Amino acid sequence: MAKIVVDVMLKPEILDPQGNAVASALPRLGFSFAKSVRQGKRFEIEVEGEPTAAQLAEIEKAAEVLLSNPVIENYVVRVEK
Amino acid sequence: MRVGVITFPGTLDDRDAARAVVAGGSEAVSLWHADADLKNVDAVILPGGFSYGDYLRCGAISRFAPVMQLVIEAAGKGMPVLGICNGFQVLCESHLLPGALTRNSDLHFLCRDQEIEIVNNSTPWTSSYKAGEKIVIPLKNGEGSFQCDDKTLAELEGEGRIIARYVGQNPNGSRNLIAGITNARGNVVGLMPHPEHAIDELTGPSAQGLGFFTSILNVMVK
Repeated sequence: MAKIVVDVMLKPEILDPQGNAVASALPRLGFSFAKSVRQGKRFEIEVEGEPTAAQLAEIEKAAEVLLSNPVIENYVVRVEK
Repeated sequence: MRVGVITFPGTLDDRDAARAVVAGGSEAVSLWHADADLKNVDAVILPGGFSYGDYLRCGAISRFAPVMQLVIEAAGKGMPVLGICNGFQVLCESHLLPGALTRNSDLHFLCRDQEIEIVNNSTPWTSSYKAGEKIVIPLKNGEGSFQCDDKTLAELEGEGRIIARYVGQNPNGSRNLIAGITNARGNVVGLMPHPEHAIDELTGPSAQGLGFFTSILNVMVK
C-alpha cells in the first residue's frame, strides 16, 4: 500500500487570517521563533500497491478540480515512502 | 415568472428565499440538489447556508451536484442566476463568477445589519434599485472576504461588474469593499449579504432587500 500526499496552501498573495492568528498566539505562549505562519491542508490518499503513472496523473487532476481552488490555492502531489 | 430555489444538504435560507420570491411577485419552485431537473424555471436562486457542511471549501462539493450541471448550462445561455452567501461561494467554485470567498479577515463569524450601496442596477437582480442607492440588509457569514488577482479586480472595476459594495468600514477584508459581483454577460449575480432576510420590517432590519426579488419581474416585462 502506498500513500500519496497532497499539500494545499493558499497562494502567497492571499491573506491567511488563520495563519496570522497562529502567528500571534505563539509569542503569547513564549514561542518567539516565528517570523510568519501560513496554514494549509494535507490530504493522505492510499492506493493498492505502488501508484502507477496513470493513478498519479488522476490524482493531479483531482487536486486541481476538487482538492484545491486554483484561484486562491497551490498544491503539491508527492508519494510518501 | 417561475423562480427556482435550490436546496442542498445543509442549505438553511431556502425557505426565506422562496418567501422573498413570492413577496416579489413570482412563483417559487423548490429544486433539489440531487435532481437533474430545473422544472422549467425562468431563473434560479442558490440560497445561503452550509451546503455539504462547508467541507473542503465552502461550495466546493455543491459545484458537482447534478442540479448544478444544469444551472451552469442554463447560465451559459443567459438564464438569470442569483447566489446569496453560500450560493455566491458555489458560483465562484463553479467558475460562473471569478474570484473566491475566503475567511473573514478578523476570523469572526459576522452576523449584523450591514449597509451596502447598489453600484450596478443593470442586472436582472438589481434593476429595481437606483444606481448608488444605499440599503441595509443582514450580513451573516464566516467566509465572506472576496479575493481575486489584480487583473480580475481591474476587469471587474473596468467593466462595471461590481454590483454592490459595503458602506463604511470593511467588514471582512473583501477587496475594494466588494459585496457582490456579476459575470461578463450580466445574468449571474453573487451577493454576500442577505436580501431575502430583509423583505418586511416585521422580520428584518428593513424591507430594502425586496428589490432583488422584484427586479427579476422586469426581465419578463422587457
